[in-house]
Amino acid sequence: MELAWFLFILPLASAIAIHFVLKKRPCLSGAVGTVVTLAALVVAFFIRGAQSELGFNWISLGNFEVNIGFVIDKLSSNMMLIVTGIGSLVHIFSLAYMKEDKAKARYFGNLSLFMFSMTGIVLSSNLVMTFIFWELVGLSSYLLIGHWYEKHSAGDAAKKAFLTNRIGDFGFMIGILMLWSITGTVNFSELAANPPAATCALSIAVFMIFLGAMGKSAQAPLHVWLPDAMEGPTPVSALIHAATMVAAGVYMMARVFLVIGTDVISTLGSVEAIAWIGGITSLLAALMATQQNDIKKILAYSTLSQLGYMVMAVGLVNPDAGMFHLYTHAWFKALLFLGSGAIIYACHHDQNIWNMGGLLKRMPITSLTFIFGTLALTAVPFTAGFYSKESILHAAKDQGSYLLWVALGVAALTTFYMFRLIFVAILGKAKHKHSEDAKEVSMLMLAPLVILVIVSALSPFFSDFVPLPELKEIDFHVVPHFGDKLVLFSIGAFVLGFIPALLLYAGKTKDPLNIPLFRNKFYIDEIFGHIIKWGQDILAAVVHFLDEFVINGLLVGGVTRSAQGLGNLFRSKIQTGNIQTYAFMFGIGIAITIYITVFA
Amino acid sequence: MILLLVTIPLLAAFAILFGAPSRLTAILSALMTLVLAIVAAIAFGSAESASAFAEGQWEFKQLAIQASNFSINLHFGLTGISTIMMLLTAIVTLAAVLSGKAPEGHKNLWYSASLFIAAGAMGAFISKDLFFFYAFHELALIPTFLMIGMLGRGDRKHIAWKATIYLAAGSIVLLAGLVWLASIAGTYEISQLKSGVAAYYASNNSASACVLCGITGMLIFGYGTLVSLFPFHSWAAPAYASAPAPVAMLHAGVLKKFGLYGLIITAVNVIPHAVLEKWVLLLVVLLLCNIIWVGLVTINQKRIDLMLGNSSVMHMGYIFLAIAAVMAFPENDIAIPAAVLLMFAHGISIAMSFSLTDVIERNAETLEFNQLGGIAKTAPKLCFLFGLVGMASIGLPGLANFAGEVMVFFSGFNGWDSSKPFGPVQWGTVIALWGVVISAVYMLRAIKNTFHGELIESAREMKDISLMEQIPALLLGGVLLVVGVYPNILLQFLN
Repeated sequence: MELAWFLFILPLASAIAIHFVLKKRPCLSGAVGTVVTLAALVVAFFIRGAQSELGFNWISLGNFEVNIGFVIDKLSSNMMLIVTGIGSLVHIFSLAYMKEDKAKARYFGNLSLFMFSMTGIVLSSNLVMTFIFWELVGLSSYLLIGHWYEKHSAGDAAKKAFLTNRIGDFGFMIGILMLWSITGTVNFSELAANPPAATCALSIAVFMIFLGAMGKSAQAPLHVWLPDAMEGPTPVSALIHAATMVAAGVYMMARVFLVIGTDVISTLGSVEAIAWIGGITSLLAALMATQQNDIKKILAYSTLSQLGYMVMAVGLVNPDAGMFHLYTHAWFKALLFLGSGAIIYACHHDQNIWNMGGLLKRMPITSLTFIFGTLALTAVPFTAGFYSKESILHAAKDQGSYLLWVALGVAALTTFYMFRLIFVAILGKAKHKHSEDAKEVSMLMLAPLVILVIVSALSPFFSDFVPLPELKEIDFHVVPHFGDKLVLFSIGAFVLGFIPALLLYAGKTKDPLNIPLFRNKFYIDEIFGHIIKWGQDILAAVVHFLDEFVINGLLVGGVTRSAQGLGNLFRSKIQTGNIQTYAFMFGIGIAITIYITVFA
Repeated sequence: MILLLVTIPLLAAFAILFGAPSRLTAILSALMTLVLAIVAAIAFGSAESASAFAEGQWEFKQLAIQASNFSINLHFGLTGISTIMMLLTAIVTLAAVLSGKAPEGHKNLWYSASLFIAAGAMGAFISKDLFFFYAFHELALIPTFLMIGMLGRGDRKHIAWKATIYLAAGSIVLLAGLVWLASIAGTYEISQLKSGVAAYYASNNSASACVLCGITGMLIFGYGTLVSLFPFHSWAAPAYASAPAPVAMLHAGVLKKFGLYGLIITAVNVIPHAVLEKWVLLLVVLLLCNIIWVGLVTINQKRIDLMLGNSSVMHMGYIFLAIAAVMAFPENDIAIPAAVLLMFAHGISIAMSFSLTDVIERNAETLEFNQLGGIAKTAPKLCFLFGLVGMASIGLPGLANFAGEVMVFFSGFNGWDSSKPFGPVQWGTVIALWGVVISAVYMLRAIKNTFHGELIESAREMKDISLMEQIPALLLGGVLLVVGVYPNILLQFLN
């Protein structure tokens, strides 16, 4: 048996064991989940360079076959390292963070379920298998967001995440069906061997598949679930809603582009729409982030914005740039989220940045790692984010797209809102009793943070570990290219964001800016609320009414009522109750049958 | 041997009426039937050819009526499709006799009625003769109405009466269609209908096309009413909500599939493609009404049982979609397996839903969403099982319904020429896919309103599901999982 199967078996066995055997043993559950994830990380190292396998037949009917197998190449095996690497650190962090939670076993069981499902997406050998695990990832995300289900907000957020993703999957399935009709296969290897010609149908199919990515990677307008998903425990936000699952859309598109080939893809009209959706998401999310007060929400909007970058790169037919950014972002965003988790834990689960402050003194290691993560996110030269963002800017420039200017604007905004966060929450004076009481967290939480700092700092320099489809050359040596004008622009964007943040927020105790449009997220949730209310709930009530009174009552009911009249006649004639009448009716039915068959 | 599949439940039902210990007899007979069904399925799966299989003990034929130009036989045997339906019947029957709580004084009626329904359904599915195929279904309907009318909830008399009228009307139309079909084919053997009809169609093309078209219409509406095809669906949801748990399980899970099964074996497989094609557009429109219109009706339900009843009506649309796909494109080799797999999956999942709903009603004493909430706290096992079947019914991968649904969607796109615009079946598939969103909406709302949120005051003392009550749910849930993870276990019968 190929080693890669263990990547599936280990977390699945852990999920089953925890849910069905260890439910009463929370500490053991945590240990099992963590050890298994570490083991998966080791396996993930060893499968690099192994052979792909078609696996076993899940459905086979004549010439229609769906397999459960795996593809191992640079893209998938390195993606697996990200998933298991961050997964391991998040497990370790969770051991401390969820120590006192009553449903710790359920938490670790669902985390293992997530690891299993995510493995399936990454290693998938065909689109149907991707879809299967795509949905399972959605389930684990639903379960983990709703971990504290007694809170109405958590239950609602979980439901919203699942349903928004379902809307994306509606398109994804149509896309898979169309691509299957066009090419006659869903297997990646067969698609790569016989790539389809660029037609209008293919263009629509690719866009429909992208709808799936829009749901999972939270692209506007399907982004609304991700900020709400912060209702889940913070380590979950780090693993699922920042580093891995939300990046699955980008990963999946990179896989599709890889098998269809960039020469076909770049002639399709729909890819430009993909790029613009990414760009617009990136800009909207950055604007929203500038006015949020919840530390996790700020990071969530920043994730949206960075995902927008990645999708933009994919749409610019440079999935390598997108995947490079996915890779660096995964590490430093996991760092930021786990850091925010440590801060929230220390501040008695207060998430409002205006109740924080003065944390650099009280929890120096956490604060320094958080600042390091911020530098990477704001793309300070020589940090990981700098290199990967540069590659995205190049992608935009190569296409001569206006998106370059959008991307630069977003870069300035990113610096602005992240340093707003730093100035308000980390630096300055403590603004509330919660932050005055804050103490440095335990080793079990600090260790993952420190490891993430190291990995993140080194990440761009080990190009062998970057999950690249290798469709375009990525220049890993941007370092000395300061002659390149783009680098100067990007440094200019940093300065443009940093100075207003410094001037407006250093030492402030309340927000000097108030922009309701950004604070209220462009009212998109409200608009959706109205659409759901009128387009679904009121429509459903009207349809229900029509169904009850028009179809049941008048149209079909009229016919049956006349039959009922006849039945009443029978009943009154024979002087029996209802039951016998039914039997009688059927007796007649059978009698007629016999009569017709014998005498006709 | 095959005769036992029908005679065991039938004899047990009579034994109960004459005073045998009701629950024990029912469970034992259901268990024996299930074992027998599994043995039969294994024998069918491992037989080298259909004739080799039939030569074993798995075929029974006895002349019943001999007329001048045709004969009616009591003829039992298995085909790929009927093997799967036989397994469905046997599994759901066992779960049904284990579910619910028979009211004191009505135990004999409760268990014998369940077994009569099971025997009728089994007889219908394994009949190879058109007459008995129809008659066994009728046999199963009578106890269904009796149970709703006598032991149902709410306005049971009215609800039972309404279902009777609808189904009797549907049956009469169906009967007329079937008799007409048999008379032009000159046989009641289902396996010979096709050649008989083909000969008729070839002999006299213009008039025979008209006749066959009319017969197809009668079959679609006759069977359609039995399967709650829009707009003849109003009987179903109230009937399931009112029916005692085993009856709801057996009818929604098994007996209702008779219509779909019949449509496949006596219409789609029999009538020439050129005739079937004329009905595709209308069928697509009606099935989309099942999915979207009834889906919206389901969203607006205020009780769990009515929500499930309507969702069951809605999901019939997907099976009709596969049938429409094969009607539009006869070489569609995915469509019928897809329909059969989804019939099986839906049957198991809806039976499990009704079994658990009954537990919720007994333990929480209500099924109104606005009186429930947060009961995952006191009933975590119930929450898990209901969550499992809820996820199955909205098509979560790993559970059987997903495999069926995804194959239905593929069958809808099978035969689409990508250089042409979508045909009615492709448009139907695209719109039907939106139903996947709709079903997630109502199911997640139901789970949220029932299990999540703050615990309601009245449920503070609520019991969790007991071990005995878990058994049927675990049986059905296990089947959903096995078939979902490895659908080939059933699909092998259809290859």
